[in-house]
Amino acid sequence: MNLKLIGGAAALALASSLAYAGAGAVAEEFKWMTFAVFGAIIAVTMYITYWAARQTHTTSEFYAAGRSVTGVQNGWAIAGDYLSAASFLGIAGLISLYGYDGFMYSVGWLVAYITVLLVIAEPCRNIGKYTLGDVLAFRNQPKASKTVAALSTITVSTFYLTAQMVGGGVLIKTLIGIDYHVSVIGVGVLMLAYVVFGGMKATTWVQIIKAVLLVTASILLVLFTWGQYGFSLPGFLTAVVGDAKVQAQVAKVLGDAALNMTPEELGQRFLEPGLFLKNPIDQISLGMALVLGTAGMPHILMRFFTVPTAQDARKSVIWAMAIIGGFYVLTLFLGMGAAINVGSANIAALDKGGNMAGPLLAQFIGGGPQSMLGNLFLAFVAAVAFATIVAVVAGLVLAAASAMAHDLYVGVVKGDHASPQEQVIAARVSSIIVGILAIYVGIAAEGQNVAHLVALAFAVAASSNLPAVFLTLYWKKCNTYGIVAGMIVGSITAIGLVMVSPNMTYPTTVIKDAKKVLEGEPAQPAKEAKPAVAASSFMCELFALQGCVKSEPAKAASPEKPAKPGAAEKLAKLGEKVAGLEASKATLTDPAALKKAEEDIAKAKKDIAATEKAKAKAEGDLKKFEGQTTSMMGLEKPWFLLKNPGLISIPLGFLCVIVFSLLFRDKRSDEMWDELYVRQNTGIHAEGATAH
Amino acid sequence: MAKAEMNWAAIDADPRFQALHRKKTTFLWGLMIFSVIYYFLLPIGAAYYQDLFKIKVWGPVNVGILFALSEFVVAWTIAGVYAKRANKEFDAMAAEIINDAHNIK
Repeated sequence: MNLKLIGGAAALALASSLAYAGAGAVAEEFKWMTFAVFGAIIAVTMYITYWAARQTHTTSEFYAAGRSVTGVQNGWAIAGDYLSAASFLGIAGLISLYGYDGFMYSVGWLVAYITVLLVIAEPCRNIGKYTLGDVLAFRNQPKASKTVAALSTITVSTFYLTAQMVGGGVLIKTLIGIDYHVSVIGVGVLMLAYVVFGGMKATTWVQIIKAVLLVTASILLVLFTWGQYGFSLPGFLTAVVGDAKVQAQVAKVLGDAALNMTPEELGQRFLEPGLFLKNPIDQISLGMALVLGTAGMPHILMRFFTVPTAQDARKSVIWAMAIIGGFYVLTLFLGMGAAINVGSANIAALDKGGNMAGPLLAQFIGGGPQSMLGNLFLAFVAAVAFATIVAVVAGLVLAAASAMAHDLYVGVVKGDHASPQEQVIAARVSSIIVGILAIYVGIAAEGQNVAHLVALAFAVAASSNLPAVFLTLYWKKCNTYGIVAGMIVGSITAIGLVMVSPNMTYPTTVIKDAKKVLEGEPAQPAKEAKPAVAASSFMCELFALQGCVKSEPAKAASPEKPAKPGAAEKLAKLGEKVAGLEASKATLTDPAALKKAEEDIAKAKKDIAATEKAKAKAEGDLKKFEGQTTSMMGLEKPWFLLKNPGLISIPLGFLCVIVFSLLFRDKRSDEMWDELYVRQNTGIHAEGATAH
Repeated sequence: MAKAEMNWAAIDADPRFQALHRKKTTFLWGLMIFSVIYYFLLPIGAAYYQDLFKIKVWGPVNVGILFALSEFVVAWTIAGVYAKRANKEFDAMAAEIINDAHNIK
């Protein structure tokens, strides 16, 4: 029965994707290769699910793979769980567009694991069972702490899940042209099959396979791109600095400031900070959320319950750090390699965020868009991206489902009195509920800007989960009142600040930009250079308060600029140009001139298509926001000026745990301290592995 | 193994456990503080010390790139240092307490 269902899910996912394939990065005639690679990956993972399903009967097997995963395996699975499409495609993309800043951005994602290794992994393995709620309920009031822990886990997982589902759907559409809805449903159905039938065991192996594929693909790409330069770092970077496409990209990013720079200076600027990340305070705020949030991510925490001992938990973080760090170092070469081989402009043409840098580099190395090998490579990378989305989503669904079934249903509703059979059924039913919810949210949020949801998930985890877990484990006076207050205040602050931050959509800005596209811009006189302005106080850097002078970066002198035409005028001019070119082409006989004319026509037509697209978008925006002046929070412009709330919400979360623990006394939290502290340090009575 | 009653307060007060607690606490806090400071030097340097980050030291390779790469090396080193100390020292100290736990009253 299970086998049939699993096979059915696989066939459904593959067949639906075959039927709905439209235009994408993969050329039409080579699409079958992509589907062959997709099919192979789906077949292997489905066989694993079938195998895992036969060994998944108890709750411990469902949530924690019977605690039989080895340290090395778990290290790979953590890497597979963590390296989401955003980090795998996104960081390589940022490096290909902005150079140094993209690479700098990747560092925090690795450093985060030091917190996991030093303070979280081993104690949690020693005193926990399946969830964050278990760790908190050890010495705090079980029902209260399990309820807040479950709510926080579900919140964090939902944010992260939405970002993955929406981002994944868009990615698959851009790569191979499968319809957005179909890919969301396909990802959802596959992930449900892994989780519901195979539980943690199947999820673990899907993550391991995905991590191995990802690392293999990256190493191969780097061998080809870096190998040409004899694996010399200065040699490779000299080629980057001297590349005309890179220099053009830097000039485009810098705008007026680039006018007096030599090509060498422009190229070298690619290796220097400041092209993408402009606000250092926002950077530090994001860094805090990463470094503290990763350790509070429920799907990462849950991975430590799958190994037999705390020593294995330690070993798994070491392996995960080696794999994740190694991968981020490779992205430096992937991103820069894509910039010099494919060109930043071509990457941004397919996807503004640069997500296509890695896939396009693979295609280039294989021989380009027209070659069989190039498309095979592209197909492989596309399949890895697909496997990535499914593996990450499966881990998140399992984490959310465990919070729902184990913490809320078994722990709170049933007061920990549920038969083993009932627990497993609750686990599977919750997985189905969360999975269907994920598909629904993925479809409902189509077209929304979800990029900030990943950062928000980390901020909530860092402001709510981490202070509660950390202080429960290490501070004797911490108690139930503290963690309940801290988790609620921490997460509400993080979410609230994002709601009034520049991440939200502000209709007046959108309408202004749309009008610029449609009506053009007036001519601008030359401007003199302006020095940087400092904000009038630190609070003014964070909030739009009354009487604040906003900080402004230094501006280079800009020459006089002619008026920019509106979209309609631009289209008319381009149309005339094409007509003129075609008329003159008819009179040409020289093959070289003919070819040049054809190229010019093609370029003009491309411009027309781009202008029409921009015009349609602007018109759509105008219609959508017509008559609106404020964001959904009733603001005309952001009140909180940072994109990342961590700088404020994390200290506040810690502070609330401390203050409320000191204000109220809780007998149980006091009495259990000795046991908790001894057990988290020694592993006495830790949940053992189930015998097989 | 049946879960026998343990006197947790007595184990907590045991000099061997106290020694483990002290050693671990100082060591972990030291590593943690060092790693956090070292990490935040990167965004701070990139924002406020750009002239330093732009100095070329090895062909086009500048201080900024070397510093970013050093973040990886430092993270791996911290992980290695912790794992070595924990495997060698903390695990042995904990094992001794575990073996004797039933007798600590």
